[in-house]
Amino acid sequence: MTEQNMIDNQQARYARQRILGVIGETGQQRLLDARIAILGVGALGTHVADTLTRAGVGFIRLVDRDLPELSNLQRQILFDLSDVERGVPKAAAAAERLSAVNPNIEFEPLVTDINPTNIERMISDVDLVIDGSDNFELRYLLNDAAIKHSVPWVYGGVISTHGMSMTIRPGISPCLRCVFPESPAPGDAPTCDTAGVLGAAVAMVASIQSTEAIKYLTGDHDSLSQHLTMIDLWEMSFRQVSLGERDPSCPACGNHDFAFLDRQAPRQTTDLCGSDSIQIMIDPAPSLSLESLANRLRDAGEVSYNAYLLRVQLNGYQMTVFPDGRAIIKGTTDPGEARSLYARYVGM
Amino acid sequence: MERMQVELNGKMTQLDGVATVGDLIRSKDLKPRMVAVELNGEIVPREKFDEQVLSDGDRLEIVHFVGGG
Repeated sequence: MTEQNMIDNQQARYARQRILGVIGETGQQRLLDARIAILGVGALGTHVADTLTRAGVGFIRLVDRDLPELSNLQRQILFDLSDVERGVPKAAAAAERLSAVNPNIEFEPLVTDINPTNIERMISDVDLVIDGSDNFELRYLLNDAAIKHSVPWVYGGVISTHGMSMTIRPGISPCLRCVFPESPAPGDAPTCDTAGVLGAAVAMVASIQSTEAIKYLTGDHDSLSQHLTMIDLWEMSFRQVSLGERDPSCPACGNHDFAFLDRQAPRQTTDLCGSDSIQIMIDPAPSLSLESLANRLRDAGEVSYNAYLLRVQLNGYQMTVFPDGRAIIKGTTDPGEARSLYARYVGM
Repeated sequence: MERMQVELNGKMTQLDGVATVGDLIRSKDLKPRMVAVELNGEIVPREKFDEQVLSDGDRLEIVHFVGGG
């Protein structure tokens, strides 16, 4: 394709945004020059990634540790049955799909757990971060890292038929810990796995997050929301709570006490909510050869592997091992049992 | 303490034996550090929960952090 054609294509591709008063030529160019990270490529993450890829955000880092499952397809719009069958990690499958939608965008898929040892690298070189996570702990960690590096982020949460969003600009607007100083303990709050979630409610919250991102990246900071916005699609309600001022005594944005970030060692085992699975992490991360591991495990059970992961079926358990030593053991919710299987078949 | 009617999260609600925002949060078994409260359009600072008196007809939003996604 000649350069002229390429320019024409870009003109056509973004034509409806270029003529949109709030974006225009300048705003479109700013989107093309922008860099974002999406932490968690699940329900919210796939919707926001799709919208911002089509809108022309130039660089998108997609971070997720999981593989698509059949129960994800109801709301995680970038995956299909073949991704579930092929066992391609979510971050890689999303980047593949989105590259076909808009090849002008640079994608960086990272298949990894997000924890205090690596989050700063993921967010410090981007203009904005989208929260696509599904748990409280990661959001507090993201809040710490974003305040530390002065990177704005857009919180989104959704459950059942309702959800909420809030835009956090470090040093300017209240942060997550100003509004909710303490995270609910695991088990204190319902999750998508215990309460269910409506795909349309996800799309609504993701639309709010995407729009806030576009406002920020195009430079229209005065139009950013200064509220915590709550929606319930079943009630068809849209409510906003004013956020007021930053809390001067906020541990994170007031005192720069980054308790979640300073918790350096990632947990060795994590219960992967509702999926009857335990994740095991090895610190420091080794560099495993999946091919040699496959050879070692041939006699233990049915083994398959690709560039991203190895999977072995073991007597009612399924173990998925990644090159960084991380493993997801399906078929148990007992961390001790998961660790013993890992020690036996992979080695600790 | 008296009976009063307030609009709580968009619904008319009867409150009994509740005088302040702090009372209301405790009566609902909520933890003050896990909720944000807006009273008649203004956020209530957390340290004022126990001082902030409620009146008949108040509009209140008690908001919890939503974790799914």
